[in-house]
Amino acid sequence: MIDVQDLTKYYNDFCAVDHISLSVQPGEILGLLGPNGAGKTTTLRMLTGYFRPTSGRISVKNLDMPKDTLRIKSLMGYLPESAPLYHNMLVYDYLVYVARIKGITDPDKQMERFKILADLCGLSTIMDKPIATLSKGLKQRVGLAHAMMTDPEILVLDEPTSGLDPNQIAEIRTIIRQIGKEKTIVFSTHILSEAEATCDRIVIINNGRVVADDTTANLKHKGMQNSFVRLTLKGPDRKTAHDFLTSMDPALDIRSAEPKEEGLVCFEIRSPDNRDVRSDIYLKIKQTDWIILELARETQALEKIFQQLTRQEA
Amino acid sequence: MSQIKTIAIKEFKDYFISPIAYIVIALFLIVTGWFFFSTFFIFGRADMRDFFSLLPIVFSFFIPAVTMRLFAEERNVGSYETLLTMPVSFTDIALGKFFAATLFAAAMLVPTLAYPVFISFIGDMDPGPVAGGYLGALFLAAAYCAMGLFASALTRNQIIAFIIGCALCFTLTIINRMLFFMPPQIVAVIEYIGASSHFTNFSKGILDSRDIIYFISLVCIFMFSTYIVMQEKN
Repeated sequence: MIDVQDLTKYYNDFCAVDHISLSVQPGEILGLLGPNGAGKTTTLRMLTGYFRPTSGRISVKNLDMPKDTLRIKSLMGYLPESAPLYHNMLVYDYLVYVARIKGITDPDKQMERFKILADLCGLSTIMDKPIATLSKGLKQRVGLAHAMMTDPEILVLDEPTSGLDPNQIAEIRTIIRQIGKEKTIVFSTHILSEAEATCDRIVIINNGRVVADDTTANLKHKGMQNSFVRLTLKGPDRKTAHDFLTSMDPALDIRSAEPKEEGLVCFEIRSPDNRDVRSDIYLKIKQTDWIILELARETQALEKIFQQLTRQEA
Repeated sequence: MSQIKTIAIKEFKDYFISPIAYIVIALFLIVTGWFFFSTFFIFGRADMRDFFSLLPIVFSFFIPAVTMRLFAEERNVGSYETLLTMPVSFTDIALGKFFAATLFAAAMLVPTLAYPVFISFIGDMDPGPVAGGYLGALFLAAAYCAMGLFASALTRNQIIAFIIGCALCFTLTIINRMLFFMPPQIVAVIEYIGASSHFTNFSKGILDSRDIIYFISLVCIFMFSTYIVMQEKN
């Protein structure tokens, strides 16, 4: 559907996007993840034809930029970050304006489309309000209606949930998932749980480069591989406990961790074959009179992977 | 074509949604009315020559005020991004905004049509120069709008856009009065570049193709420059 190759963008000397290659399949929800200033917005702006890339190739449905930019633009709906709209217009007037520019000139068709969008984005009560008086969440919804005006095949959303309250975030996510059943969606975010909850595939970028590109499930699976067991004990001192656990299986990698309270000992235990060693530990410690306060398997969640990937590079 | 129309209508309406239109039109009428009628009864001539001779200088301040927001505001608010990612070309956007500004300048002139009506009651007025003057005023306004639009495309700051626009329009307006500072070899060229002499022809009732071509070329040059700036800024 979308094919991006070696996309590069320089702002004077500063390289914002450095040879990014991506491809998005039809019907996929792709999350573009990265810390602030990683180049997410710049990438999306080039993808939507707002910025001209310094070098690289973008093709959408076998149409090439910049030759077919206008046709590509008509295939896409784009919601820029913080949904910049014309503040002096009424929501309805704005939608009419957008519909006309996007080629829906017939008033009946406009009304039909507005009804669908009003239901989907929850606009029916604010149609007659000036855009300037709307809250941020409502503006975001108007922006979403703008993006979906022509029922485009591809939706590009730049941080659609930034600056919204938790309820609004949940609403926007529901809308995205709902639309994502039929459409191809590319959206950027710096919130991991959001990407995890909504995307089929996640591309992590940092300093303008792709540092990870995989399905959400695979990335999570990778996180599982680095799992460890956290054990907190009451009773023994650190040395005794360590020796005791090592005697169970010398291959275990046992590291001391900072206990939450005074008088406790805490370990992080990794097994070489990434096996779940909780039952072994329990059975072993049952032989003593120590008290197990915590025995939990922790997986290196997406968050850790993200931190690893983006910190190393920084 | 329909996109140009949509953008032009939207921008034109925008003037009247906000107080800008009413303030600009009122001030324009006060300024031109004051200067025109302060000498009108002293000379006692039933014509509008003095009104038209005022226009270039008045326009060089009012038109940049009208055009300054067209690009600068959109850039500043960020709606420029929304606009550019819709299926419209740079040409559509630039022309739409240009027509909206020119139409607004025409709307600014409409109330002044009352002057020739009343003057024709109190004296025997020759309609030719007046009609020519209004036609010339439209050409002049279009040229200045193109310059103002160009200035607005250069920056995201409306005040800078206004000042650059004023500087451009003002230069073309007064350059004819500076001729005696110029070396004699280039006087003829400078005289041709100045807008006043071309506009004066119109207000005498002379429709010379050279003057029409002059104003149309100005519009083309600055619209093309606007297009280049839009492309370069991305």
